[in-house]
Formats: sequence, structure tokens, C-alpha cells
Amino acid sequence: MRKTLKEAEHLIRFVVLLGVMLAAFLLIRAAIVPKSFGQYGHYRGAALEEIRARPVSFAGHATCEICHDEVAKTKNAGRHAGIACEACHGPSAGHTEDPSAHKAVKPDPATVCLHCHEANPARPKTFPQVVVKDHAGDTSCGTCHQPHSPKL
Amino acid sequence: MEVNRRELLEQAGKFLVLSGAARVAFQTMTGETPPDAEKYKAADHWWGMTVDITKCIGCGNCVKACAEENDVPEGYFRTWVERYHVSDPLQEHPQVDSPNGGMNGFPVLNYAAEGKSFFVPKLCNHCADSPCVQACPVGATFESPDGVVLVDQKYCLGCRYCVQACPYGCRYIDPRKHTVDKCTLCYHRITQGLTTACCEVCPTGARKLADFKDPKDPVHEFIRDNHVEVLKPHLATGAKVFYHDLDGVVR
Repeated sequence: MRKTLKEAEHLIRFVVLLGVMLAAFLLIRAAIVPKSFGQYGHYRGAALEEIRARPVSFAGHATCEICHDEVAKTKNAGRHAGIACEACHGPSAGHTEDPSAHKAVKPDPATVCLHCHEANPARPKTFPQVVVKDHAGDTSCGTCHQPHSPKL
Repeated sequence: MEVNRRELLEQAGKFLVLSGAARVAFQTMTGETPPDAEKYKAADHWWGMTVDITKCIGCGNCVKACAEENDVPEGYFRTWVERYHVSDPLQEHPQVDSPNGGMNGFPVLNYAAEGKSFFVPKLCNHCADSPCVQACPVGATFESPDGVVLVDQKYCLGCRYCVQACPYGCRYIDPRKHTVDKCTLCYHRITQGLTTACCEVCPTGARKLADFKDPKDPVHEFIRDNHVEVLKPHLATGAKVFYHDLDGVVR
């Protein structure tokens, strides 16, 4: 037995060296690879929580309707029922958190209405659109139309 | 005082068991909230989106809202709108334009009055069999358990393999962070019960968030009643954004 070991010395050295390298690899790997890697798949599981924690800019129309229920009722009875508040009023999450510190934006009818209703041949034919020059000239849309209940 | 070792161990054992039982009893009595009651369960959701081309008016609200919600740098887009014009059904290429991604709307073009014109909003398709996830050498981009393809900003090397691999061109390199970024389907919003920023501000309801695992979601009716397509079906990416009335000329 001892004789075999002596004769195989050169091989045993290699095996031990491989073993040491493997151990070193496993140690370094355990130290470097993030703890949550592989939790759900081949990625860092903690990333999901980090992405979920990002701040929100648009509050969502349900939140607006909690306080502004009168306006919501008017809007939901008219042609603009399917349009969320922030589509025209812009991101208002800051306003819902602190209404006095962050004022919600009151858009100018002369610009915001044209955004959707200016006649463009590429738009679906059934969509209400006007050539504003012929329809109203220089008058602002808000003079005749109430944005939350636009039908005259 | 002489204490027998056996007696000591017996007493210690009883004390531990009873104090543990007392703790549980106290918590039950005081009505402690179970820890996972309000936590979002990814296994209950499988997210996607539906886009109705017949309803899109090309207002660009979605592009602007996405940029505001997700701090998208100027000149880059997580979602964008393209306008297609086909004057002759047999022509080889349609006329396509997308000025600033459609963010400020589209200028009126005279030729659009003849032939067929329509708008196509595009975004990351959150492919179930995603080529970009496959291409990532380090595992920085992945599909979450609820079907949203996300990017781990801390792990991304910025090698751009995924930007090349995506057939829909929805990825970009953020010039500030030098890592890849793309539509996250507003993951930070949908996991709280809100809808995505683009769907929130769409005035015609052309874009709608879809949860395929929710039996009450209108997407099931949408797919059943309408003929829906995905972009580039020949690539079999398992895209989860379904378009209604998508013309064959759309690339």
C-alpha cells in the first residue's frame, strides 16, 4: 500500500492541487455571488423588491375621485367618462399626498384640447375632431365647452 | 440548595415550552396581523397588455406619461407611437413616421387623407420566450414570476447584447447610468393595484393592462371577441402585447 502511494506521489499532488483550487473557487463564489441570486431564476431575487419600491408620479383616477367626487360624477356622466383625470391634469401623486403643498395643474383648454381633437386624417373617422381654425377661429375651447362635460 | 441535574433540566424544559405557548396565546389574543396578508403574490398574476389600433388617435399621452413616471431621458423611449400610411395595398413599404416618438402628437400630412392611415403604439412585449433574457450573459435581465421582463440595474454590465437581441427595438442604454433600461410595465405601480402610466392616461382606452390569470379581467373577452395579433409572430417570442386590427404591413 505504502509503495503504491509513494509511486503515485506525482498524481496525488495534482489531485490535492485540484482540490485546493476547487475549494478556493467555491469560497470565492460564495463570497461574490449575491445572496438572493437564483431565488426565482437566474437573476438576483432582491431586484424585484428594489424595482417595486420606485416612486409613483401618477396617482390614478380612483385616488382623485376620493376627494373630487363631484367633478368625477359630472365627468363620468359625459363623453369624457373614460378619460383619467391625469390625462389632462398631468402627474398628481404629489398633490394627493400633500394637497396644499403641491397644487394640481389646471391645463389651458386652448392647448390641451387640440392635442386630441385637432383634425388629423390619420385618426379614426369616428373620432370627434375639428379643424380648429374653421370651428372656433381664435376663441379658446373653454369659452363654449366645459372640459368635464364637453357636449353642448 | 441541592438541585438534582435531572430536575433542573425538567424545570428548564417546562419553562421554555410554556413561555413559547404563552407568547403564541398572547399574540392570538391581541390579534396580530399575519405577516403575508397584504403582500403581493406574484404567482397570482400573469401580466400583458392589449392595444386596440381602431381606437388609437395618436395623441402621444402615453409616451409623455411614461417619460414622466419613469424618468426616461430625453430622446429615448420606453414606449412610442408610429404612424403608418398605406396608399396602395400592393406597395412594398408603408410610409412610417414617429416624430419624437409621437410624444407631442403627429403633424397633419396631406397625403394621409387617401389610403389607409393608423397609429401603432409600441412597447416592450414582455415576451414569455424572450430573446433578450436569453442573450444576457450575467442574468441582469429576467422575466419575473408574474411575467414582466425587468432589468436589474445593479447587475447590468452595459454590454448591450440584449439591445441587439430584442427584435422589437424596445431597449436603450440610459446615458446617465450606462446600463440598459426599458419598459417595466410600471411594475412599481401594477404590484400596488394601479395600472401602468400609459394605460392610465390613454383617452380612448386603446391601451389596457391585462392580467391573464385574473378571471374577471376584460382581456379574456377582448381576445375572444376580436381578432388579435402580436408583432413579428414569425419570431415566436411569446409576446404578451396583443393588438387588435393590426395591419399586416406593420413591421
